[in-house]
Amino acid sequence: MGETIEKVSIIISKGSLEGVYPGLIMANGARAEGIEANLFFTFFGLDAIHKDRLEHLKVAAVGNPGMHMASLVGVLPGMSAIATHMMEKKMEEHDIPGVPEFMEMIGDTGCRLYACKASVDLFGFTKDDFIDQVEDVITVGEFYGEAAGGQIIFT
Amino acid sequence: MTTDTIAGTAVELDNEGFLANPAQWTEQMAVELARREGIDPLTERHWEVIRFMRQQYEDTGSGPNVRMLAKTSGIPIKELYQLFPKGPAKTAAKVAGIPKPRGCI
Repeated sequence: MGETIEKVSIIISKGSLEGVYPGLIMANGARAEGIEANLFFTFFGLDAIHKDRLEHLKVAAVGNPGMHMASLVGVLPGMSAIATHMMEKKMEEHDIPGVPEFMEMIGDTGCRLYACKASVDLFGFTKDDFIDQVEDVITVGEFYGEAAGGQIIFT
Repeated sequence: MTTDTIAGTAVELDNEGFLANPAQWTEQMAVELARREGIDPLTERHWEVIRFMRQQYEDTGSGPNVRMLAKTSGIPIKELYQLFPKGPAKTAAKVAGIPKPRGCI
């Protein structure tokens, strides 16, 4: 057997549905492989752990070439909601859990969740705004301390 | 592939240490495979998971991922990770002598 990865720290910096899922899947997949995992939510990524917002993450309908749709169409009212609905339906068909269930599952796997202090201060949040799985609000320096000895992935 | 002797029987293992031929598996092998994964002794709760993985493999042709394992066995994810800290579905599959479950969730 060759080299193995022992620890990953994944940064989630975006608050769109497609911006959040890759980091969640990578963190959960790491734990399933027995790899230690940290998740660090920064900037709009904080929406993914915000109690009132995590259920309402949306797919970006504008400025998203992956949608294969003219941005002019994307600006129409409700387009983002339609795109999100379609994506969520597809995910359900493939048995991919929604963000709230995903967060609960990830917490249960032993992955540690952190919020970025600079962003929390910037948006005027407090730790109470976040789901229980969030262990702490930490500085970037503390994040590097937590990530020490492992790989860092920015999403 | 490597050849190894587990619980007195010569078996083929793949490069991640999974039994190449699940039909060769015995409960005595599970004890030794678990020890190699740092699990010693196997408790009744471990056995519950191992037998469940084995049954799922026999019924469906593959072992479940962690989420499905928790959903269908009724053993919570948190407890599964306490029983098998190095990844419940992966480790339990290895100990149960079945192929590594594939899938991203």
